[in-house]
Amino acid sequence: MKNLQSLMAAYLFVWGIFFAYHLTVARRLARLQDEVERLKAMLKQV
Amino acid sequence: MPRGMKTSWLATAAVAALIGLAGYSALFVAPTERTMGLIQRIFYFHVPSAWTGFVAFFLVFVSSIAYLLRRRPQWDWLAVSAAEVGVACFTVVLVTGPIWAKPVWGIWWTWDARLTSTFVLWVLYVSYLLLRTLMGDPERRATVSAVFGIFAFLDVPLVYLSIWFWRTQHPQPVIGGGGLDKRMWPVFLICWAALLALMALLVRQRYRLEALCHEVQELAIDVELHSAERATEIR
Repeated sequence: MKNLQSLMAAYLFVWGIFFAYHLTVARRLARLQDEVERLKAMLKQV
Repeated sequence: MPRGMKTSWLATAAVAALIGLAGYSALFVAPTERTMGLIQRIFYFHVPSAWTGFVAFFLVFVSSIAYLLRRRPQWDWLAVSAAEVGVACFTVVLVTGPIWAKPVWGIWWTWDARLTSTFVLWVLYVSYLLLRTLMGDPERRATVSAVFGIFAFLDVPLVYLSIWFWRTQHPQPVIGGGGLDKRMWPVFLICWAALLALMALLVRQRYRLEALCHEVQELAIDVELHSAERATEIR
């Protein structure tokens, strides 16, 4: 089982990088969706 | 649940299942390579990440040309979405490469042609993304980015062919190079399919973000215009 730790580290990095990117985009999407709702509500009031 | 949301959840679940299958195949199904041993299994995500990154950068290239020809903002949205996902893929390549190199070559990094051109490719697309943040006018930003996106793609064939042009420590490529054991091919293809599916999902999600940004800008203008009209009526 030589280099098992390096292999695991590599796999963790692979999925960590993609998951972190997915989370960042999802958070930005949620924030913008809230902004759209807020602006639509403002437009109705005006 | 709305139909679009249901489709999106199904697509995410399918990609997650494919990633699970790819991970299992790479760790438990693929045969252990004779000289490198266990660490060679990094190959199943290192190489497909690079190939997926190339596909993403090709998308940037095509979308940039389409934007310059048609001037439709949707092409620019697709270009920036693919560029970000491509950068994520090459970050994976640049992180997993040294982890693989250390036990096999005895060093984390060497400035040979393949590694250097790959690093330059990553820097080029990070610069592409940074450049976009420096320009406020959407049309100017899209035009300059499209030109940059076309030129940055010139490094892609250079990265791939660097192995033939110069002496390098990096192994020969899978296609047209060293060759791969026939039992490794199916696992490699499953891993590449998983990463391509993930790329499609991430590009789609990032594209939605650009579309929403545009919608927010349009709505903000509408609110401002209506408020101004209302203020004039009251006077």
